[in-house]
Amino acid sequence: MSLELKTNIPDMNGQGASARGSNAPKLPIYLDYQATTPCDPRVVEAMLPYFTEKFGNPHSRNHPYGWEAEEAVEKARAQVASIIGADEREVIFTSGATESNNLAIKGVMRFHKDKRNHMITTVTEHKCVLDSARHMEMEGVDVTYLPVQQNGLIDLERLKAAITPKTALVSIMAVNNEIGVIQPLAEIGKICREHHVYFHTDAAQAVGKIPLDVNAMNIDLLSISGHKIYGPKGIGALYVRRKPRVRLEALIHGGGQERGFRSGTLPTPLCVGLGEAAAIAQREMGAEAERLRFLRNRLLDGITKALPEVYVNGDLEQRIPGNLNISFAYVEGEGLMMGIKNLSVSSGSACTSASLEPSYVLRALGVEEELAHTSIRFGLGRFTTEQEIDYAVEQVVSAVKRLRELSPLWEMAQEGIDIKSIEWSGH
Amino acid sequence: MSYSEKLLEHYENPRNVGALDKFDQNVGTGLVGAPACGDVMKLQIKVGKDGIIEDAKFKTFGCGSAIASSSLATEWIKGKTIGEAETIRNTDIAQHLSLPPVKIHCSVLAEDAIKAAIKDYREKNGAAASPEAAKAK
Repeated sequence: MSLELKTNIPDMNGQGASARGSNAPKLPIYLDYQATTPCDPRVVEAMLPYFTEKFGNPHSRNHPYGWEAEEAVEKARAQVASIIGADEREVIFTSGATESNNLAIKGVMRFHKDKRNHMITTVTEHKCVLDSARHMEMEGVDVTYLPVQQNGLIDLERLKAAITPKTALVSIMAVNNEIGVIQPLAEIGKICREHHVYFHTDAAQAVGKIPLDVNAMNIDLLSISGHKIYGPKGIGALYVRRKPRVRLEALIHGGGQERGFRSGTLPTPLCVGLGEAAAIAQREMGAEAERLRFLRNRLLDGITKALPEVYVNGDLEQRIPGNLNISFAYVEGEGLMMGIKNLSVSSGSACTSASLEPSYVLRALGVEEELAHTSIRFGLGRFTTEQEIDYAVEQVVSAVKRLRELSPLWEMAQEGIDIKSIEWSGH
Repeated sequence: MSYSEKLLEHYENPRNVGALDKFDQNVGTGLVGAPACGDVMKLQIKVGKDGIIEDAKFKTFGCGSAIASSSLATEWIKGKTIGEAETIRNTDIAQHLSLPPVKIHCSVLAEDAIKAAIKDYREKNGAAASPEAAKAK
């Protein structure tokens, strides 16, 4: 390979540590694959020519520079369509899943709200879905926010009950970004189709992780992100069904590119990168999922064998293999993150933000605030190795043990004092 | 977020971690914060006959700044009289550890913990340990 990337990515098969001939993994270890993923070197290689010699505007119709770029963009569109079982004419390139979600929700509701001004979503959606829904409320749309069950999944009966003759859209994420749980997409799609309601799913965390088929699942709109699937940042896509046709209003106006849904010159290298990332993900999904499930279980087993009172947040079965979200009772998440500084992870404790509110996703599952403050999200991915997982287990276990010795809540629990019986002062 | 060397040092090597006998007449215990807010500090003082804090211990559930603030607080109050310990302000702690603005509340909690421990000690020991009696000495 001609590329040499200066990252700690071991190699493309995740076998790097043995290749380095040492058991000590390179630090810090990246375990935040739900936040973002590195570009796969194969993706970067595919993109590079389109920055320099093949730089044409894909919308230039009258010379070879344009044709060459257009060809690359259309190939990428077909690759993206393929991973979700769609027709390439149904894929619109956007700047990322945030834009795709905005376009799906605002686009559909603005087009239909005169006749049908109701939409349904869930309380655990990504902020860009929730905020788009809130924005539509200001434009006169009624929004139902479905609760989730303790395992993070929606109750299909509640969805059915929420649909009215005024409902235009149901927007339910495929995979949750914090807890990795997979919603019952096929069942939701069936219900939506029966009621003639559009079904949009934010699949940023699902594409390339689980098999998706927009026809089998009756999905009408589907959001894709590039940088969650080892592609570049700044590119995403929205699938928009042609039959039966989904009508929506554009957010960005101009030259009428992307069937008029999204004007603006397409960023050819980014489109190529997204396409290549999708193609690789589609080819390797099965083997990758198996490998990640093994590593995830190794991580979970290693932790639970050594530590009592750790709780997995969200359903463990209906979950992508690369996610583990755990609460370590009596140890605050941000304090723990400082103790495992060689592991790049996320915490559901929001002490890092000014709000002091713990994760709204965990709260929606009914996880109590004190436990929500102790949660850590481990995101495993394509370049995670077994050595890294073993190192992570060691670090987590020793940090939790140390911090529990430091924790007044752990001390009370050992003494048999119920921390709920205490009148806390708060601040 | 980047933290100061002093803060990280206190987090890595916290001083005076542990517990004193909360039923001891000479021990004052302060428990402040709330698990639901993500911070709980327990700070204890053991006061000698001369009104000097002979020993101090803490345990903290919270972020690194909260742990460092309470560690520093115990270090500062040891060997001081109750009256002197009472004059420690959260701003002193925040300044010493160079706490970032979003972490100022950790130093506030540490000051509250010192005060709560002193209050508990005084309640146990009645008038003899009151602020007025302390001043008279």
